[in-house]
Amino acid sequence: MSIDAATVRRVAKLARLAEPEGRLEPLARELSSILHWIEQLNEVDVEGVEPMTSAVAATLPLREDVVADGGDAAKVLSNAPKSADGFFIVPKVVE
Amino acid sequence: MAELNALTLKAALDGLAAKDFSAEELARAQVEAIEAANPALNAYVLATPEKAIEMARASDARRARGEAGRLEGASIGVKDLFATEGVRTTAASKILGDFVPPYESTVTANLWRDGAVMLGKLNLDEFAMGSSNETSAFGPVVNPWRSRGSNKPLTPGGSSGGSAAAVAADLCLAATATDTGGSIRQPAAFTGTVGVKPTYGRCSRWGVVAFASSLDQAGPIAKTVEDAAIVLTSMAGHDPKDSTSLPVETPDFASFVGKSVKGLRVGVPEDYRIDGMPEEIARLWDQGVEWLKAAGAEVKSVRLPHTKYALPAYYIIAPAEASSNLARYDGMRFGLREPGDTLSEVYENTRAAGFGDEVKRRILIGAYVLSAGYYDAYYLRAQKVRRRIADDFDAAFREVDALLTPTAPSAAFGIGERTDDPVAMYLNDVFTVTTNLAGLPGVSLPAGLSSDGLPLGLQLIGRALDEGTLFTLASALEDAAGFRTKPGRWW
Repeated sequence: MSIDAATVRRVAKLARLAEPEGRLEPLARELSSILHWIEQLNEVDVEGVEPMTSAVAATLPLREDVVADGGDAAKVLSNAPKSADGFFIVPKVVE
Repeated sequence: MAELNALTLKAALDGLAAKDFSAEELARAQVEAIEAANPALNAYVLATPEKAIEMARASDARRARGEAGRLEGASIGVKDLFATEGVRTTAASKILGDFVPPYESTVTANLWRDGAVMLGKLNLDEFAMGSSNETSAFGPVVNPWRSRGSNKPLTPGGSSGGSAAAVAADLCLAATATDTGGSIRQPAAFTGTVGVKPTYGRCSRWGVVAFASSLDQAGPIAKTVEDAAIVLTSMAGHDPKDSTSLPVETPDFASFVGKSVKGLRVGVPEDYRIDGMPEEIARLWDQGVEWLKAAGAEVKSVRLPHTKYALPAYYIIAPAEASSNLARYDGMRFGLREPGDTLSEVYENTRAAGFGDEVKRRILIGAYVLSAGYYDAYYLRAQKVRRRIADDFDAAFREVDALLTPTAPSAAFGIGERTDDPVAMYLNDVFTVTTNLAGLPGVSLPAGLSSDGLPLGLQLIGRALDEGTLFTLASALEDAAGFRTKPGRWW
């Protein structure tokens, strides 16, 4: 399936990637050629096949629901672009 | 004695134990070698000489107290995808900026627990997405190998290109690496080194920057099969902090090296004989079969009929997981933040400025195949094909104990030669990606030189958790191949 510039614009929006208008057409061509190559998967008979969702058959372990770690606000904030008084400073979310 | 940095890990450990030299002397030799070579090779994105000397002194003190660990005093390079406490970790991406983790990855913590010394952080493709180390925000690594009679710079492969180049150029005794579709084994093949991708779940992913979580696995790149076995024994182990880490004992992998291969059954998958395979790679593969037969193994042909669909399935599954994993880079809590008029613009501008082209391409593919209306056609179908590929291996492993294949469809290629066509670049992983999809262990070892004098690798694939058999077979091939060539030093 080929994808067009409008689809690239929509997907880039979904992925929160600013793409300049001039990049949409070239990206559409690149992504279409990759998707075209991927479409050979349609040759495989997958009737009745269970999708494989993990690399090894193992049940996920459960642990006690207790606090095991924490109290490290300074560490958590140590790489923040902006912080103050133990909080992240982020752009205004609600106008 | 050879220069200390040129020793194998095993020889260095023996020399340290015999007090022929100290960990500090070894670390200083490594630091000097890095300073001399790195401007030309760009293997390290951050050398940490002071930390290396400090850790080496502490190691010498432990040894003096009689507390030597398995890797006591061995100097190791770390792929810059592993979080290292207090040491900048970038994933070779601008979006992480000057991120300094306040924690240590489990795999590297295991190495330091066993006495290893860190030399620095190694270059890679951005977020481990690439097969030539050319997508790194720090620029490409240059392969220490050159074609005979040529000065053309070659790629070391990727994504663990820094790890492979550093080991090949004696800039560390061994290195950590990661493999999502071939990122340990293909660069090992391109640089004449040994690379091991263990069974999924053998090594903890905790503290490793995530690319595609159901495929990512850490492993070593080293100078010999035995060295790789020694390092993997320390890296591996169950970790409650990674829910996919397997609760199994780690064997002493080095104990499998040098054992007889008599009676082992090795399969040759005919479906790996792809169109356009270079004659010299086909010849090396046949040679590998002869070596194993001569050593007493039984070799037979097997079928893995869905092999050709592994790469396209991977290029749905890996980007889908990546687009989800990389959603965390939003400029709010760590890393780069670019200005914008609205919150949405801050996100979009930050991610546009922080991610490189290949990473963006994969995020877009991932977001597309997961988007409403396309999920069943792409993602669900790919997961079903993944099951078919895993079933092929199950069937083959009812007849044989391991598989022998080439590692990569070519020798190292020139920097810039394959960047125009993403699909051509993806084909590098055609022989390696199958094991990631099936969660199986794979080893690449150098087995010969191309007509241009560049290393070529053979790959062994094993049953889940049966790395031991791979080490036995790999050491037999290593002995037979007698690959001792090192790149001529031009840097």
